Formats: sequence, structure tokens, C-alpha cells
Amino acid sequence: MSSRLDNANPIIYQSQEEREILPEDEDDNIEDKVDSREVFDLIRCINDPEHPLTLEELNVVENDRVHVNNEENRVQVEFTPTIPHCSMATLIGLSIRVKLLRSLPSRFKVDVVITPGSHASEDAVNKQLADKERVAAALENSHLLEVVNQCLSKRKNG
Amino acid sequence: MIDYSVTGYNIMLEPVCTLDGHQETVWCVAWNPSGTLLASSSSDKTIRIWGQEGDHWVCKSVLMEGHQRTIRSVAWSPCGNYLASASFDATTGIWSRKEGEFECIATLEGHENEVKSVAWAPSGSLLATCSRDKSVWIWEVTEDEEYECASVLSSHTQDVKYVTWHPTKEMLASCSYDDTIKLYKEEIDDWTCCNTLQSHQSTVWKVCFDKTGSRLLSCGDDKTLKIWQEYPPGNPEGVVTVGSDSAWKCVCTLSGYFNRTVYNVDWCHTSGLIATAGGDDAICVFREEECSDKNQPSFSLVTTVAKAHLQDVNCVAWNPKTPGLLASCSDDRHIKLWQITGL
Repeated sequence: MSSRLDNANPIIYQSQEEREILPEDEDDNIEDKVDSREVFDLIRCINDPEHPLTLEELNVVENDRVHVNNEENRVQVEFTPTIPHCSMATLIGLSIRVKLLRSLPSRFKVDVVITPGSHASEDAVNKQLADKERVAAALENSHLLEVVNQCLSKRKNG
Repeated sequence: MIDYSVTGYNIMLEPVCTLDGHQETVWCVAWNPSGTLLASSSSDKTIRIWGQEGDHWVCKSVLMEGHQRTIRSVAWSPCGNYLASASFDATTGIWSRKEGEFECIATLEGHENEVKSVAWAPSGSLLATCSRDKSVWIWEVTEDEEYECASVLSSHTQDVKYVTWHPTKEMLASCSYDDTIKLYKEEIDDWTCCNTLQSHQSTVWKVCFDKTGSRLLSCGDDKTLKIWQEYPPGNPEGVVTVGSDSAWKCVCTLSGYFNRTVYNVDWCHTSGLIATAGGDDAICVFREEECSDKNQPSFSLVTTVAKAHLQDVNCVAWNPKTPGLLASCSDDRHIKLWQITGL
């Protein structure tokens, strides 16, 4: 990464507790629908490209900004860059998108957008993240794929 | 939902068969000019050629080792003896078909990054390509099968998604991530952009001409379908034109039918039907209403298949010879053939 950080001193937030496993979660007779907490759990541990912190710890992703509609097979995630000029916004969005593409059933339509009003280039970043052709091409770029995979990898004893 | 008792339509799009073979997203399907072969291209870096054996559609050939990355689209030459392939590996492949076998005879290099689309001019002597590098290239095909770059057009300000030729004239159309459609023609030795069509609110994914070439159809990320009418100089409607160039005006916008991006649209040159492929997994078919005014045409939805595929539908293509035979392909790796009934 570059030597100069966009945001050298980000505010660090408390992570949520692990999801409590309820008896009905283990009951095979109850249909287990995908809910917002489940989607949030998929993306909360994504590493920030600049800091040794997760997107949850930086409040870039929040459970309340994950929306799931099981009937219409839609998942929408809003993410909030730590500063309005964050140059990593597209990469963060791409990492969230890739994580969900790899993890969720393919019936889901996934939209990853910047929290309205939180970034100077909101529309441009949203347009790029929504363009499936550009996302597909980006993932065939081995350098970019490596950077995304680093964001998605489990941190070693972090 | 459409109430058929009110509209009087009993037109249906009936599934004919599903073609399996590709290992990843299928981006494009294209019929050869005689309508006997269907070519498909995929993120699995192969092209497959499908044809009929008896009553069944089968995979006749798999073209491998032509490209290093996703093959975004394929196009047949007007004579049907060549196939061109556009790839994310920044090259365009030219395949020659001799006695049923395909051989890669040329690889066109020049674009800086992903080639998105390729199209042959009706004469077969020109080829157009476009890329994320924002440019459109025109290639001349020489008599000894050499391909020479004749022009590089840099009118778009963003990623160019698709190129297509006018059905009779040497006029080219392209559409882009910059939300516009551009038309090009040759003027004293060089190609120039003669028209910019603005109306879409986001990326224009596909543009195609009708049979006569006096109308254009476009679709895009703004979840609309638009019909554009040509107004040549001296038109009786009094639409202002510049010099010898026609003006093109958006005369109809179809919205409210699509929940997500419309990735592809095809205008059937035999039946006049319009089919769309969408990010909502659906295929819709539209038809111009009778007594529709050329300057304010009305189109109605005649049938829709809500879950045509399990994922995004990327491309639809009408067979050029068999009326109402439609091919579609999807992120779900399948190709499907459909037949319109009840026309």
C-alpha cells in the first residue's frame, strides 16, 4: 500500500458480540432464512486495505446498513468510508461485493453502495460497483485480485 | 401482470431446450446469417458452436486456446465463414470456418484493455471493435485476409460497451458507460462521429438497428428501453438537421417493465418483435402497436418470462431465418432456446 494513509488516525469502534445460537437455529425443521445479521457476519471481518483493522472496527460496515429481502432475493449493503475523500472506497466496495458473491446463494441480487452523503465521489463509485462487466474484468486482473483476497483473508493473530 | 383478456394477446415464449456445456457465465449468443448455427462465448474462455442434429440442438465444436481471459462477445461475418471474438485479454480473435472446423487465423491487437464487442459491416470488408480504453477501432479486411486498423475513434469519454453496424449503409453505432450513443460515418478518408444521442440516465449496454436502419433501439442501466427515429435532412416533420447528417430523436421510452439493468435487446428483422434480457432474470417481448405513429410510436409488452434463467440474462438473439426462435444466455451458465407461439 502507499506510504501515506488517507486517514492516519481513524476512530476505532467496539465490535459486536458473536451471534447467539438459539435453539431454533439448530432445529432442522425450521427454514433458516438469510437475515441481515448473517450477511453482516460475512462482511464484518473484511480487513481494511490501509489499517490493521476490520471494516466493523472502523464502522465502515454496520448491521443496520445491511438489508435482506428473502422474498425478492435482494441484499443491499451500504458502507461508509471513514473520510469523504477515501481513495480506497472502490476497493472496499469491491471486497464486500466479492465476499458476498462467493458466499451467498446465487439467487441473490447483491447491491453494494456507499452510504448516501458519506463520500465525495459517491455516484461514480456506486456506478462502477454496479457494473458487473467491470467487476468481472477486475477479478481477472491478478494484481487486483490479490489485493482483494488480502482484504478477505483471515488476519493472522490480529 | 398482464391481463390477456384485455390486451387480446395470447403470445407466449415457450422453452425449446437448454444447452449446457459452458463452465462459467455465458455472456453472448450469436446466430450465423443462415440461422443454422449458434455461437456462444463465456468467462470459461471458450466459444461453443451449437447446431441441430435431427430434432436436437447439440454442441458441434468447442473453440479453445484463442483467449487468455473472458470472451465477452462473438460475431459472425455476413458470409458466415468467419467468426470474430472480443476478449477481456485486450485482443480480438478471427476464426475461419472450413469444412465445419474452426481455426484461429488472426489475433487483432491494439486496444489497451478489455475488448467488449466486435461487429462486421454488412459488406464484410470492415470490422469494428470497442474497449474499456474508451476507443472504437475500425479495421479493414484486405483480400488476403489481413486486418489493418483504418481508424481509432475516441469520441466516448468512458468504457465503450457495444458496437453495431447499420444494416445497409457503412454507418457505425456505439454505446457507452458515459450514458451516450454515438454514430460514425466515413468522411473523405477518415471516420468521424456524426451524432451523439443523449437521453439515457446511465450506462447504455446495447444499441441495435431495425431492419431498415431508420430506427435504433437502446437499453441500459437506467432500466429503460428507448426507440430512436432517424430524421434525414429536409424531413417533412421539420426536425432540424445539420449538413448532410440525419438527426436522431428519442421517440419512445419504455420504463416500468424492468426491475434491474437491461443488459441486452434484440430487434427481430423478420417479425419486428423486440426481446430484452435483464438483470432481473427475465426476458420480455414487445411489439409495436398497429396504427402506431412513427413520430410517437407505441409499443406494448406482449409476453414476459419472469424467471427465464436462474441468474442475470446477459444476451438475447433472434434467429435470422426461423421467425420467433430466440436464444438467451445467462450467468447461470445455461443457454436456452425459446419459440414465440400465438402470433
